[in-house]
Amino acid sequence: MPGRKHISPRHSPPGAYGLTAIIFHWLVGLLFLVQIPLGYLTQAVASRPALQFDLYQWHKSVGFLILALALLRLAWRLLTKSPAPPEGLPHWELAAARLAQALLLLLTVVVPLTGWLIASTSPLRIPSYVFNLVVVPHLPLTPSQDADRLWSSLHAYLAYAAGLLALVHIGAALWHHFLLRDETLSRMLPPAGSHRRTR
Amino acid sequence: MHRRSIIFGAAVVLLARPAPAANLDDSVGRYRITASSRIAFTVDQVGGGGLSGSFPQFSGTIDLRDGALERSSVTFRLAPASVVTGESRVDAFLRSDAVFDVARHPEITFRSTRVRLIDASSAAIEGILSARGRSRPETFTATVVRRSGNAVTFKVTGNVLRSPYGMDVGTPIYSNIVRFDMTINGRRF
Repeated sequence: MPGRKHISPRHSPPGAYGLTAIIFHWLVGLLFLVQIPLGYLTQAVASRPALQFDLYQWHKSVGFLILALALLRLAWRLLTKSPAPPEGLPHWELAAARLAQALLLLLTVVVPLTGWLIASTSPLRIPSYVFNLVVVPHLPLTPSQDADRLWSSLHAYLAYAAGLLALVHIGAALWHHFLLRDETLSRMLPPAGSHRRTR
Repeated sequence: MHRRSIIFGAAVVLLARPAPAANLDDSVGRYRITASSRIAFTVDQVGGGGLSGSFPQFSGTIDLRDGALERSSVTFRLAPASVVTGESRVDAFLRSDAVFDVARHPEITFRSTRVRLIDASSAAIEGILSARGRSRPETFTATVVRRSGNAVTFKVTGNVLRSPYGMDVGTPIYSNIVRFDMTINGRRF
């Protein structure tokens, strides 16, 4: 099977991301992909208030975890040099990929931040007790129904937009990996050797 | 200056002292709990503050027996659907099947089983509290704070755990303990 060698158990391809960037990418990405359906569920179970309350608390806990990791990831991205893009990519595709990656990076910070704004402005004043371990204080804002509604709408729209963008991002990565059979996705996978060592 | 402050402080303390409480012995009789009473509660929350509210719909009787205060009795029932916290979404949540489940359990009742005198004006009221289809013994402390003519006022306090009644939703963000602080006004009948 010609070209199969590109996607079989890997060593780091030239231009691969560092292990820290790879861990941040997958950790934030997977948490984000769990978080969106969890957020949807908080609304879907409105007829079961006890379950809804618990789901909200899980959603908030995962959200604060994403926010912390995304901020660290953003700092890491700004302080370290990213590898050069794969050679031979069309200019439009490179520009689209960079835009999508920048937007996703930004949204993984902004979406949880709008969630924090909901918790801080909601007249319900429910404490944010992250994984029942740490109380995250509310932002110093005046609670009101209007602010609660505004941030809730923005939070939902941005989350679903981020979800769609993530699907496009995933689709593009799979397209490169399985159809074009290049190393675009492999650059963001841990090398097989280091994977074994971590087990 | 320092001495003057101490004298002033002592005067403030003396003036701030509550009037001597009425005596239980002087208050014997049968009373109906009036609508002017206040059934307030607080549930602490993690990080400070808490949830507080009241139940404006209730009824009950107090029977303070002459010469046998230990055999006095209290019956009390309240409508959990009347809960008021100042936030309609919280009220709806408390009425729902997550907490009071008022559709299936429209009443919370307390029936005393024993009264223990603490001092001349206070007593511990032991009894059975029934809520959400479950019953268990609870104790409240009642103190006579005022008596005039046919009216008497008690300050009643007590802590009740939510979990034995299947109402532990929200723990540990919200404490498992509900602190009741009630002003019970009775009129002789």
